[in-house]
Amino acid sequence: MFPRYLILRRIVQATVLLLFIGTVHWGWTLAGAPLLRGDLSASEIAGRIPLADPYATLQILATGHLPGWRVLVGALIVIVVYAFLGGRTFCSWVCPLNPVSDMAGWLRRRLGLEDGMRLSRRVRVWILALSFPLSALTSVAAFEWISPIGMVHRAVIFSVGTAWIAVVALFLFDLLFVKNGWCGHLCPLGAFYGLLGRTAQVRVGYDLQSCTHCGECTLVCPEPHVLNLKLAAERGMVDWGDCTNCGRCVPVCPEGSLQFAWRHQCRTAAQAPSAGVSHEE
Amino acid sequence: MAARKDSRRAFISAGVRGLGAVALGGSIWGYLLHEQSQAIPYALRPPGALDENDFLATCIKCGQCVTDCPYDTLQLAEVGGAIPIGTPYFFPRSIPCYMCPDIPCVKACPSGALDSSLTKIEEAKMGIAVLVDEENCLSYRGLRCEICHRECPLMNKAITVEPHPRLLSKHAVFVPVVHSDACTGCGMCEKACPLPEAAIKVLPPALAKAKPGEHYEFGWTTQNSLTKDFLPQEEASPLPKEELKSGLDYLNDSDLQEKR
Repeated sequence: MFPRYLILRRIVQATVLLLFIGTVHWGWTLAGAPLLRGDLSASEIAGRIPLADPYATLQILATGHLPGWRVLVGALIVIVVYAFLGGRTFCSWVCPLNPVSDMAGWLRRRLGLEDGMRLSRRVRVWILALSFPLSALTSVAAFEWISPIGMVHRAVIFSVGTAWIAVVALFLFDLLFVKNGWCGHLCPLGAFYGLLGRTAQVRVGYDLQSCTHCGECTLVCPEPHVLNLKLAAERGMVDWGDCTNCGRCVPVCPEGSLQFAWRHQCRTAAQAPSAGVSHEE
Repeated sequence: MAARKDSRRAFISAGVRGLGAVALGGSIWGYLLHEQSQAIPYALRPPGALDENDFLATCIKCGQCVTDCPYDTLQLAEVGGAIPIGTPYFFPRSIPCYMCPDIPCVKACPSGALDSSLTKIEEAKMGIAVLVDEENCLSYRGLRCEICHRECPLMNKAITVEPHPRLLSKHAVFVPVVHSDACTGCGMCEKACPLPEAAIKVLPPALAKAKPGEHYEFGWTTQNSLTKDFLPQEEASPLPKEELKSGLDYLNDSDLQEKR
């Protein structure tokens, strides 16, 4: 069980940050324009392709301000990409807080701190819903002003200090209070991408035939409710917006019943139960 | 019946608890936002920034203006500082705005928080320089310092040097005077002030400017509603021009010699 997706995710996370850092500090360019200018709130690839955080954009709209076209188009591009890849793919493949959360989770398992406070996973949806009226009332993008994600990636990219407090606070919260507390229960950006992820074309396919229901996958999953195997058997895949496509369940499954696959492959596999999920991917 | 009543009670109490949690969380969150967004606007913003409130609402905190600033003037506000989190600002005493004619920071801004209709950097209004300490300004102390005037990229428009009478001496002092209509707030003057702590400082426009009463009429001007009825009917005939003598003639003038 070589954690191939874990390593791949760390490489992708580091590369994204490195591209941002290289552009701002070492002047990396592509075709004569800054390679990746900005940060995860809004950026521009090679001076041509704008990208923007769709949740931040919606909050700005909620304040009654119309952002510039590059933010609007950028947000649209990001929405289309994540509607295809699965919204929460951002969480486990890009977000700079994911390693912090993973580290706390790992230490939790190591120290046997499995019990802790319980918190509904719906809290994040409430926070998401609350952020829009609050943006309208205070005339500032409500989550962007307190977002530890923003604090941390700005700290990393622009070398602005003191945001490490946010990292330490999140780490301790995840370690001592609620398992996977921030990412799995509170983060409204994750909730937003969870809603966006329902149309994802890339999913973890599930093969009921080979599964022995050993439960290894739910032990490592940061959002274990998505591994509802009854539902997964019906649809041939882990079909939840909350699934972050982190791929941790794939290598731990001793039978190989969980594999990344395209949505349409999983559908056809589920309709013909004897065939099982194609393992070619 | 009783069971249904119990479940209804449970539903209502859960609902009330949920609403309470939302109200509590929302008010704490709202308070934090209010504290930050209503802070006194001491920050100097990049050129073309919208009015502070619109700027704070529109800026997406991406730092692209910071990346494209060739002089590293702009910085992003950090957590817990006096300046609202993640927004770009500059301290002119460290690095002023060098007023690039192509304004790369405005071009880089994707959100419209920096208004792209600003195409001439001379029209920027990042702030207004204010001679905050006349007591320590070297020019006011009688020296011909005037460094701020000479460093000003809009010399003789944004900062002029004006004679200023002195109480006990027949010599005047020459003091720098800022003209807010031309000053862009770039902060070159603040950067250049030779005192250990600058006597001239750039303040955000909202803090630097007074507002005269709307009903004020200035009687010594002729272009207002009070004096318009008293304007001379005809243009007064111009005064006869005095013939200017050359400097050499002037010095050899008998009038001057008589005075000795």
